[in-house]
Amino acid sequence: MTGIWITIAALALGTAALKLLGPLLLGGRALPDGVMGVVGLLASALLAALVIVETFGQGRSLTLDDRALGALFATAALSRKAPLTVVVVGAAAVAALAHAILP
Amino acid sequence: MPFGIAVFAIAISFGVLARPVMGPVAPIVMSIVVFSGAAQFGALAVLHAGGGTAAAIAAALLLNARYLAMGVALAPSLHGRALSRAAFAMTTVDASWAAASTGGGRFDPWFMVGASIPQYAGWVLGTITGVLIGGTLGNPNDYGLNALFPAFFIALLFEEVHDRRRAAAALGGAAIALLLTPLVPAGLPILAATAAAVVIARVRA
Repeated sequence: MTGIWITIAALALGTAALKLLGPLLLGGRALPDGVMGVVGLLASALLAALVIVETFGQGRSLTLDDRALGALFATAALSRKAPLTVVVVGAAAVAALAHAILP
Repeated sequence: MPFGIAVFAIAISFGVLARPVMGPVAPIVMSIVVFSGAAQFGALAVLHAGGGTAAAIAAALLLNARYLAMGVALAPSLHGRALSRAAFAMTTVDASWAAASTGGGRFDPWFMVGASIPQYAGWVLGTITGVLIGGTLGNPNDYGLNALFPAFFIALLFEEVHDRRRAAAALGGAAIALLLTPLVPAGLPILAATAAAVVIARVRA
């Protein structure tokens, strides 16, 4: 439980620092191109990794279960520009249905 | 307002998912002091998968590194004392930052504040609602809640990937995670995806 409170404190301080660094310390100066290039791509790389781990990960192995069907629905709904609430509720409904029907 | 409602729905799922991992109080405190969907879901996903505290913090802060770029872009539009600039900068969240852009690299700071306040209210109230609902549910898989993590991250990915470099970074990150999940402890495959961003950034456009 201590780990969770440490996580919360670190994220609160770290996120504030990331938001404030540009406006307070850099005062409008840009960061080196190399740094900005990586910063701009980090979210894409990490989000994709999170999608994989949360869809197929089961401890240290990969598995195919009802989450994959929910993820498939989410992807289809998002490519049809469905609102976020529809995406999330629909994905849960599809996964719940799969959980009830599949062995 | 529409932002606030969407955020409310997402925050409910955060509260429901966080409750079994973090207990009833910590998710609410986290939403009050962190107020970042990507970071909170990211840290929760790592903890939920059995990863350690350090991996959870690192993954969440790497996800939030985009705030550094957003802050740099915002800086020339903020004026006045350091305290007032800091107050405006703290209200930065993705949707409001994007909505406050007035073109030519300028931002309307008051517009950003106005868009962020309903989102903050929706985020905190939604988390409280989710924690309360989460306490009454049995097996989360019966409700398909295990699909909420992937669905949410896929939604964020759709928002984020809007050019070929980001698409390449995403493909690289996904490949790294697939490859490493069977090999290393939970949390590390997500951190290792950083390598994809570093490599793609070095490839000349």
